[in-house]
Amino acid sequence: MKISDIQRLLNAELLCCPDELDKHVYSACGSDMMSDVLAYVKDQAVLLTGLVNPQVIRTAEMMDMVCIVFVRSKRPNLEMIHLAEDNGLVLMTTEMRMYDACGTLYVNGLCGKAVKHA
Amino acid sequence: MPDALVFHFDVDGENFTSAGQASTAIKRNLRQLGLPPEIIRRVSIAMYEGEINMVIHANGGDADVIVHEDCIEIILADRGPGIKDINLAMQEGYSTAPDNIRSLGFGAGMGLPNMKRYTDSIDIETELGVGTTIRMKVNLT
Ligand SMILES: Nc1ncnc2c1ncn2[C@@H]1O[C@H](COP(=O)(O)OP(=O)(O)O)[C@@H](O)[C@H]1O
Ligand SMILES: [Mg+2]
Repeated sequence: MKISDIQRLLNAELLCCPDELDKHVYSACGSDMMSDVLAYVKDQAVLLTGLVNPQVIRTAEMMDMVCIVFVRSKRPNLEMIHLAEDNGLVLMTTEMRMYDACGTLYVNGLCGKAVKHA
Repeated sequence: MPDALVFHFDVDGENFTSAGQASTAIKRNLRQLGLPPEIIRRVSIAMYEGEINMVIHANGGDADVIVHEDCIEIILADRGPGIKDINLAMQEGYSTAPDNIRSLGFGAGMGLPNMKRYTDSIDIETELGVGTTIRMKVNLT
């Protein structure tokens, strides 16, 4: 699905990088533990998290991710938004809880495992 | 043999917010050199975990990344408390990080294991009360 589909499905507010909404993504992960993301994630392009600090942006950047969804209406500060903008990383925030947000994306075709697309 | 390219960074131990700046910069530098994305990702993740460790456990230090012809070498040196038992520290889940670090998304005891996972070699020199130097290599071929 496209990043714009994620925004629509989660009824999320876009916080930066509107130019990147047409990008396609094929898998996602949800975690509040950044070291786990760094350890186990492979080619997941989207991170859903309830954690808000600059290290979340840096972790996504290290993993070459393209979009972060903050759940439970969590909001990054301006510094974090600028950090994300520097990297073309889309940030959005949704009222949904982690479980519901992940489930909604999953049943709409965004899986947890990276799928190879030719 | 051509001179190796060296990047140096001071890692500020005072603030957790800026931790990762050196790794971000390295990622950019390596991209400009046109290295394969998978190599860049491995180097920057290993360095990022090391940088976080220097900030949360050792009050900062020096980070050097050397681009050799056949590998990328990452050297992280601090003058922190040192590591008492390296074998224990290398185990997944072992951590002495305080709770406030855990609530920031780190301190799960995955840092050193991650550094090992993403590099081709890791060497840790440490002395209690003196400091820790970690050398990691990611092969280019
Ligand atoms: N640079 C360092 N200086 C002193 N102790 C360290 C350093 N790096 C790691 N350690 C010790 O090793 C333990 C394990 O490190 P790590 O695997 O990165 O887990 P974490 O950082 O989540 O605690 C740390 O909790 C700490 O006790
Ligand atoms: Mg660590």
